[in-house]
Amino acid sequence: MIEIKNLTKSFGDLLVWEDVSFNIQDGETIAIIGKSGCGKSVLIKHINALLVPDSGSVLIDGEDIHKMDYVSKRKLRQKFGVLFQGSALFDSINTFENVAFPLRYFSNQSEEEIRNNVMEALSHVNLEDAYNKETSELSGGMRKRVGLARAIVLKPNYIMYDEPTSGLDPQTSQEINELIIDLAKSLDITSIVVTHDMHSVLKVADKVAFLDQEKLSWHGTVEEMKKSEHKALIDFITASEYQIKQRVEYN
Amino acid sequence: MKALRELGNYSTLLYQALRSSTEFKTYRKSFFHEMVKIGYDSVPIIMLTGFFTGSVMTIQSAYQLESAFIPLSTIGAIVSESILIELAAVISSLVLAGKVGARIATELGTMRVSEQIDALESMGFNSVSFLVVPRVLAGIMMFPVLYIVACVFGIGGGLLAGLFTGTVPAADFLLGARMYFQPWTVIFGFVKMFVFGFIITSISSYKGYYATGGAEGVGKSTTNATVISCMVVLLADFLLASLLL
Repeated sequence: MIEIKNLTKSFGDLLVWEDVSFNIQDGETIAIIGKSGCGKSVLIKHINALLVPDSGSVLIDGEDIHKMDYVSKRKLRQKFGVLFQGSALFDSINTFENVAFPLRYFSNQSEEEIRNNVMEALSHVNLEDAYNKETSELSGGMRKRVGLARAIVLKPNYIMYDEPTSGLDPQTSQEINELIIDLAKSLDITSIVVTHDMHSVLKVADKVAFLDQEKLSWHGTVEEMKKSEHKALIDFITASEYQIKQRVEYN
Repeated sequence: MKALRELGNYSTLLYQALRSSTEFKTYRKSFFHEMVKIGYDSVPIIMLTGFFTGSVMTIQSAYQLESAFIPLSTIGAIVSESILIELAAVISSLVLAGKVGARIATELGTMRVSEQIDALESMGFNSVSFLVVPRVLAGIMMFPVLYIVACVFGIGGGLLAGLFTGTVPAADFLLGARMYFQPWTVIFGFVKMFVFGFIITSISSYKGYYATGGAEGVGKSTTNATVISCMVVLLADFLLASLLL
């Protein structure tokens, strides 16, 4: 379980958010939503301690990751898989090597075992045939999927998705959403999805955390969100024709 | 104030690099890769730089020392000593600040802004050990090797220029070079290249590692890495000459 307690972060004079607290139960998928620039990506970088908060704590299975020494922190980070917004693939190596990268350094597996695990991870994202492609040859959707394969290859307990569908066409976005659901089920992973794509939220999330006005403005299940009368949340989720239609149909 | 903050951050990065230098398994592969990129790949430009520096020095020295009272062997002594004690190290380092330093700053800067460094950290890697340590170590090791190349081609260039322009016969050039040769100048050259290698690779790594702001930010950090490296190399050259000569 991940417990976020009274987290506050600012960059210089700019307050990002303050006193953010919520829990993420094992096995659930939570979507962190909010306007662009509200600090969603900053928040998930605090969960695996890529950024340090001004105050507050993040407990991973009861241990505060921000109070750990660097070596323990690095070990704990191996429990996390992260899909970055731009995929963050290493462009000097090909698809296979990108996925094999963490295995080569953090496991004592033989070359054959590495190969089997890489191909298994690529099969989860339906990219077995692209294993020898250079990263420059991959489309945006393929890059996301390779990034996802790399994120799951060490069989993490938690996976964090930073804008997994941004910049993708609706069909590819849908495929990524399906993948998030499939991976959560088949690998029993706790998922944290940062997005402002409400279609994606409705499709993949069990719970939603809404950041607004430099704080956690609303937190609850997707069903509760659909019924919520929270004005800023309603304004955010009904900001497109599609979502207005969804809400009208629901009501 | 900003300069002090930068110095503090740079020192912190160096401290982290020093602490991480024991994790040889993490950076072994990239260390050898960097040795090739910094050393082997720089040989052609260092050969050219050395050769033309030596050639021009011979021609200009011959022009300035044209006198019946000055033996021609003096030109060989001036050229070879200047190359060994100063020019091979400093000119090569200024060229390498542009070639090696800019490459390191651009590579690391691009990795920073495209979140590849975050990806490494989030996988549990020590990114300083993986990215900074091999580059700095390879620089420290390969710069003195490149100094040898610069010296050989510098003196060789001087010799050939004297020969082909007819200003200094090879025998006179070599006589002068041998007569005034002091082994300490070569050791001094090696010490300088060791220090310059550290300065260029560490400053460029620092500037790239902390790059911000997309393509423009990477460009800025690359420019800063090259300019600051050149300035610090010249300052270190002065300090080393004051201390060791």
